[in-house]
Amino acid sequence: MAYVSIADRDHEIEHHDPQTFITKYVWSQDHKVIAVQYSITAIFVGVVALILSAMMRLQLGFPDTFSFINPENYYQFVTMHGMIMVIYLLTALFLGGFGNYLIPLMCGSRDMVFPYLNMLSYWVYLLSVIILLASFFVPGGSTGAGWTLYPPQAIMPGTPGIDMGILLMLASLAVFIVAFTMGGLNYVTTVLQARCEGMTLMRMPLSVWGIFMATVLGLLAFPALLVSAIMMLLDKTIMTSFFIPAISSMGADPGHTGGSPILFQHLFWFFGHPEVYIVALPAFGIVSDLLSTHARKNIFGYRMMVWAIIIIGGLSFIVWAHHMYVSGMNPYFGFFFATTTLIIAVPTALKVYNWVLTLWQGNIHLRVPMLFAIGFIFTFIHGGLTGLFLGNVTIDLPLSDTYFVVAHFHMVMGVSPVLVVFGAIYHWFPKITGKMYNETLGKWHFWMTFLGTYSIYLPMHYLGFLGVPRRYFAMGNTEFMPESAQTLNSSITLSALFVAATQILFFVNVIWSLKSGKKAGPNPWGATTLEWQTPDTPPKHGNWGHDLPVVYRWAYDYSVPGYADDFIPQTVPPDKAPAGREHGGESH
Amino acid sequence: MEFILIILAVMLAVFLGWLLKSSFNVQPWVAEPVDETANQAPMNANAKVVALATLLAVVTSFFALIMSAYGLRMDYGDWVPLNEPQLLWLNTGMLFLASLVLQWTRNGTVSGQVSRLKPGLIVTGLLTFAFLAGQFAAWRMLSASGQYVWSNPANAFFYLLTVAHALHILGGMYVWARATLRVVNGAHPDSVRESVVLCTVYWHFLLIVWLVMFGLLLST
Repeated sequence: MAYVSIADRDHEIEHHDPQTFITKYVWSQDHKVIAVQYSITAIFVGVVALILSAMMRLQLGFPDTFSFINPENYYQFVTMHGMIMVIYLLTALFLGGFGNYLIPLMCGSRDMVFPYLNMLSYWVYLLSVIILLASFFVPGGSTGAGWTLYPPQAIMPGTPGIDMGILLMLASLAVFIVAFTMGGLNYVTTVLQARCEGMTLMRMPLSVWGIFMATVLGLLAFPALLVSAIMMLLDKTIMTSFFIPAISSMGADPGHTGGSPILFQHLFWFFGHPEVYIVALPAFGIVSDLLSTHARKNIFGYRMMVWAIIIIGGLSFIVWAHHMYVSGMNPYFGFFFATTTLIIAVPTALKVYNWVLTLWQGNIHLRVPMLFAIGFIFTFIHGGLTGLFLGNVTIDLPLSDTYFVVAHFHMVMGVSPVLVVFGAIYHWFPKITGKMYNETLGKWHFWMTFLGTYSIYLPMHYLGFLGVPRRYFAMGNTEFMPESAQTLNSSITLSALFVAATQILFFVNVIWSLKSGKKAGPNPWGATTLEWQTPDTPPKHGNWGHDLPVVYRWAYDYSVPGYADDFIPQTVPPDKAPAGREHGGESH
Repeated sequence: MEFILIILAVMLAVFLGWLLKSSFNVQPWVAEPVDETANQAPMNANAKVVALATLLAVVTSFFALIMSAYGLRMDYGDWVPLNEPQLLWLNTGMLFLASLVLQWTRNGTVSGQVSRLKPGLIVTGLLTFAFLAGQFAAWRMLSASGQYVWSNPANAFFYLLTVAHALHILGGMYVWARATLRVVNGAHPDSVRESVVLCTVYWHFLLIVWLVMFGLLLST
């Protein structure tokens, strides 16, 4: 059986068995430690981006009030907020964090197949974060080109951070891509080669499917960002003309000869749109598992869910130019991309139907992870539907540069995956730490975040319909915008500050629970997947003790008729009824 | 962007097709004893081969994207085609021979003719170094004639493509150097067999990338 060839090589794992504090917690090759390292770093840098968004909102809600926010650093806040959230938080957290933790545990292997490379991946990622954050402190500050870094303005005078700021951003992205590639090779190879005995592809939990497919997308799409970063670096440093057209800047001729800014847009969005699914597919997978576990019901249409993940992955490469409708493209070109964009909505909608049908007549336990999972369904439907608006060229053109787009992509790509991140952290917290979190604090965290984000983004759609333009430092006296638009902007800012402050509850909960939380049993949710069947909680190095698990069934045997318990772990053979089996922990 | 789309379509069609095929006619909800699931083992390869195949897909995407950008950019008015140095033909020959010798070495290693291992690896390295030296000489010749990287977008793409290719070769040379050192130091041939096999695939791949790239440069 080729697919167990690595998973059962115990002797290979012993090579990196940690002996000292440094090898156990710092230069660790254990996938679980690396996952925590990735997660802490990503969440730290995410908090930085959250603070930046609060600064932006202060300016938008209360213009001319805060002397420390000027147009230059406003654009720097916008740029760094966007780039950090998309790449350095969400991509790193879903793949480096959850990917690292879940793939070996859910597939029944002892570790990633290349643990040393895995360790390197984290440290190179950390280097990319350090380079990125360093750009705040260089002369001229970080780049203010917008997270899309469009040329020519990204490197021409007039934009903040055109000296060291943009160079460090491009260098950081290149380093991040190297780190991601090292991690991605591990995730793909581990899924394909290191699954335990009996864990066929179609028995894998959907979390693994989502992370796996997102990794494939990342491996094929990130090179586009790398290519555009390299070319822009060359345009900036040695005056090539890949992207920069013949242009006069501040009365001077910088010497470029006729490059194509549109070429950059094609390359950027060739990466940028799959990036949406690099973030979304792991969220899709994880939310499927949360819903199924906490509704005590098998996932509706498992095969359809898998095929939808695969098809979405494939289609995500042929929709990129819907981000470029306003670039002056050929109308037939726009028609093609509008069509593909609407087609990709089909498998996506199918997943939404299946999530709702999974809940239908389930034995729903409204624990914190479940609340976040259901919250995700709301916000994702909301963001997905506005995506259908913007996928059509004729509707996109008037809305493209308004707050409608900001509201859309924050609902679909900001709030939705972040809700899944929180749901997933609460769900796996007992396994990762061996402690239960505080349920009450968790519920407060959910409701304040969920309702708070709606109070930010619902009115923001309305601002977009009014025509309020995005990317502006101040609106000035514009006739088409009523006074109420500014009032609404102030209200949105207050909501945003409220939601940002609410996240303190999460950190308080984590810290309090680590210190004083109840001890968690091995399987507090009565879950079927392998990570809940480890001999130790938290799992020790090598995960499985002496013997690797053997899998006999899929991950969704919940409430199977005729069985005493409402779940059957994947490790239970078909001829052994789990009569009288007890769940392994509290708060069930 | 047609080029990258075709390349990606082929890669994704193969991979996603395999995934879909593996998931058809499967009833995941049926619990089975392990013996029966054994027949559903999805792949028959080792981890390093899968990792290399994945890496080659990434590298393919990287070069296909640069070549797609090349195709888009050359339609602009400031594009002046570059006269590539004739030396590139010689370099191509070197890389072709390196690939050939490595294949000969690999065949010997796999079939037990271990006497091929040491000379094969050394000659492969020499030929590959000759290719890299030739590329370096070609860059020097171009800059000596005033064809700098910033002179024209065609030049910029030429340097970008060839340097990126050379860097990938250097990456391969790292693995080659480790294997060769072990052989020179008397390691058992079995201990380097896998490295030789993987290097051979990588060399062939970079030869193909070079041939496609060279063809593009010559034809435009």
